[in-house]
Amino acid sequence: MYDVAIIGSGIIGSACAYRLSRFKLKTVVIEKNNDVCCGTTKANSAIIHAGYDPEPHTLMAKLNVEGSAMAKEICETLDVPFNQIGSLVVAFSEEEAQTVKALCERGIANGVPGVRVIERDELKALEPNLSDEAVCALLAPSAAIVNPWEYGLAMAETAVRNGTEIMLEAEVSSIEKTDSGWKIHTAKGDVAAKYVINAAGVHSDDIHNMVADETFKIIPSAGEYYLLDKSEGTRVSHVVFQCPNKDGKGVLVSPTVHGNLIVGPNAIGSEKDDTATKTASLDFVREKAVKSVPSIAFRENIRNFTGVRAASTIDDFIIEFAAENFLDVAGIKSPGLSAAPAIAKMAEEMLIENGLKAEEKDSYIDKRTHIVFKHLSAPVKNQVIYQNPAYGRVICRCETITEGEILQALNSPIPPVSLDGIKRRAGSGMGRCQGGFCGPKILEIMAKFKNTDYENILQDNTGSYILTAPTKNGGKN
Amino acid sequence: MCYDLIVIGGGPAGLAAALSAYENGLRNILIIERDKELGGILNQCIHNGFGLHYFKEELTGPEYAGKFIKMLGDTNVKVMTDTMVLELTKDKKVHCVNTADGYQILNGKSIVLAMGCRERTRGAISIPGTRPAGILTAGAAQRYVNIEGHMVGKKVVILGSGDIGLIMARRMTLEGAKVLACVELMPYSGGLQRNIVQCLHDFDIPLYLSHTIIDIEGKNRVEGVTIAEVGADRKPIAGTEIHFDCDTILLSVGLIPENELTKTADIEMDGRTNGSVVYENMETSVDGIFACGNVVHVHDLVDFVTAESQKAGKAAADYVLNGEKEKSDYISLANGSGVGYTVPQKIRKSADEAEIFFRVRQIFKNSAIVVMDGETRLAKFNREHLAPGEMEKIKIPNALMKKITSDKLTVLIEEA
Repeated sequence: MYDVAIIGSGIIGSACAYRLSRFKLKTVVIEKNNDVCCGTTKANSAIIHAGYDPEPHTLMAKLNVEGSAMAKEICETLDVPFNQIGSLVVAFSEEEAQTVKALCERGIANGVPGVRVIERDELKALEPNLSDEAVCALLAPSAAIVNPWEYGLAMAETAVRNGTEIMLEAEVSSIEKTDSGWKIHTAKGDVAAKYVINAAGVHSDDIHNMVADETFKIIPSAGEYYLLDKSEGTRVSHVVFQCPNKDGKGVLVSPTVHGNLIVGPNAIGSEKDDTATKTASLDFVREKAVKSVPSIAFRENIRNFTGVRAASTIDDFIIEFAAENFLDVAGIKSPGLSAAPAIAKMAEEMLIENGLKAEEKDSYIDKRTHIVFKHLSAPVKNQVIYQNPAYGRVICRCETITEGEILQALNSPIPPVSLDGIKRRAGSGMGRCQGGFCGPKILEIMAKFKNTDYENILQDNTGSYILTAPTKNGGKN
Repeated sequence: MCYDLIVIGGGPAGLAAALSAYENGLRNILIIERDKELGGILNQCIHNGFGLHYFKEELTGPEYAGKFIKMLGDTNVKVMTDTMVLELTKDKKVHCVNTADGYQILNGKSIVLAMGCRERTRGAISIPGTRPAGILTAGAAQRYVNIEGHMVGKKVVILGSGDIGLIMARRMTLEGAKVLACVELMPYSGGLQRNIVQCLHDFDIPLYLSHTIIDIEGKNRVEGVTIAEVGADRKPIAGTEIHFDCDTILLSVGLIPENELTKTADIEMDGRTNGSVVYENMETSVDGIFACGNVVHVHDLVDFVTAESQKAGKAAADYVLNGEKEKSDYISLANGSGVGYTVPQKIRKSADEAEIFFRVRQIFKNSAIVVMDGETRLAKFNREHLAPGEMEKIKIPNALMKKITSDKLTVLIEEA
């Protein structure tokens, strides 16, 4: 019997697991995919918002500002790329200038540090590639960019390192109330737990409906992106937003922590699990983006992707008990990533209020470090190679990722089960050649490590096999 | 420790450059190769057709590379394999790393860039749809099939009728896969005519010209693809959609010279070729740094790569033994009507002769290649057939070089 079962291992589930792993609790995370952070957590704008956007006195406003501050600390503790580059909400007309002013006031009301409106000259000096039509902008110095899947992964790994269990490929089919709590029926067997946290993202309404009457519905909203080559990475130096509209924060242009340029998203009603990109959406994103930054070189695009927001029929985060000791942490759309650690703190407090015995562990490892070869100085590179020659073999040329780092990923607390799992941990295959060069090499390393046939190696999720059979004369293993 | 010459890349370009430098007197040469063996992309090109010009034989890729590797064995040229160059500086320092020697900075009196090219990916052309397994560039598929020995799928649609796509259409068929279609955006194929015949026609694989992929389906593995005809604006025409059930999509949508290192050395680049600007002896804008092969412009025939690289190797030897050849007095080359680019982009006025390589922008029948010296006609070469997929070569012999009076030569196509 577990003290707490967390359904969903995205940024929210992982943040909850991370917080609870401080305590002497038996905790399990139940995840339907074959890896953590495979849903919306790995397909978003990767921004830790400053917090001027949400309506004051909402959970979103409170937890965004709180969460953003916590994010900086956690990313430092857990070695997650985090860059506080600041954001600009740009006005292109007098009417929009009024919106920008209102956002500034809202930011101040929400307790966002350092927000102010800047005029055309200062704006142009900060961002020379911004359109000449820009009139003024809201500058929020506390906004940051992050690696969102590594953020989630780091928290999940730390939880695991401190005793939390993770069940992968364990889709929840039904949940029943028992005398001692809850019994969760999963594809990997039954899980009995006293408390349950529903952090199931786009499926959080489905999970809620397994234990209570419907009180909210997830309205999936897809957002599509362009991810451009590093040669475009300095096109802007802040996160550049347009004025928000009813559908959300609008199309942004931003550097990424990897040095690329991200452009997007749109917001369009979709199916929960439909992450296909669509021409109309991509065209819309392009059209909007050049309004802010006319010189974006879209021919330098290296990848398009879609994320699905868990927007809901409720205008705010849903952090409420669905039933006794069953806590929904649902409808977490933007600013979900920004608010994550504050959301997890609130969830923890609510469980404790409801009787969860939270006794702190005597020895708790609140740390994560890993080798990122390309960031090491030359002498340290050589030290590392001397200790482990695998760090001397560069496998992913575009991103300079070594065999040592791939093995480091394979040996991590939540081992990857696919090439994309290695990509999310080691950073391989996400450069300009999109794994064309390193793919076969990483596949070979993984097959050897797992002592399995090449055909068993997956691209990403279950069923995503890459190779079908040995050739007539071939097949090394 | 300073090498006379460091060659970055041990494929056909690097091999020919190193050998030529040796033959022209250099004795302290190093080839740095990132793979475990020399040979470059030729190692996975197990089809024949290589060396028809150079050796007057029909060799496979590995056989062609093998001949040069054997010749290398008779020299004292050093080779570092399984070694990645991370950075090149303007003052000819090469930063590289391998398991045995760790991270090193090597010095060269001269450098030859021979890094080849990479394949354009799905993202570059923003193909919409899902992102399942089973979408590969043709070259990556070729590596799996020919070197790793594993098939990448059973029912295949190929986007792009460039040579790599055509070769893989045949290769997959020979290994038992069903290739349902080769889909080409342009109204003509980008590959060599002999490949269209020997890879598509001979295997009854339909070629859909003026078509492109407009949707990909499949959650975890490709399940289907939809193609549509495109108009003159290369945009899909509604109502022309054709759907294929398939499990594999191979992309052969272009090659991009791999010039990351060239950029770290602040070498002048040419936006038309995506390679460095070179002089008639393959020297770049930085004295003593030369470039050759696919890293300068994407070739169709390895024989041309060899010839070009031998020029670069000889020039490197000349540079080290005799010093820099004055660069400031040169003729620039411009691409005129019908011509996409030229290599070289600059010809020293002191050069005895020059070879100019270029590609045309469209198919021309019964036309002429015209070289203008400023406003004056310098030369005319008649050609029955010109195609973008087939690189052209013209020679400016010494007699013509002496006639040049202006600072600008323009290469253009005159239709009949």
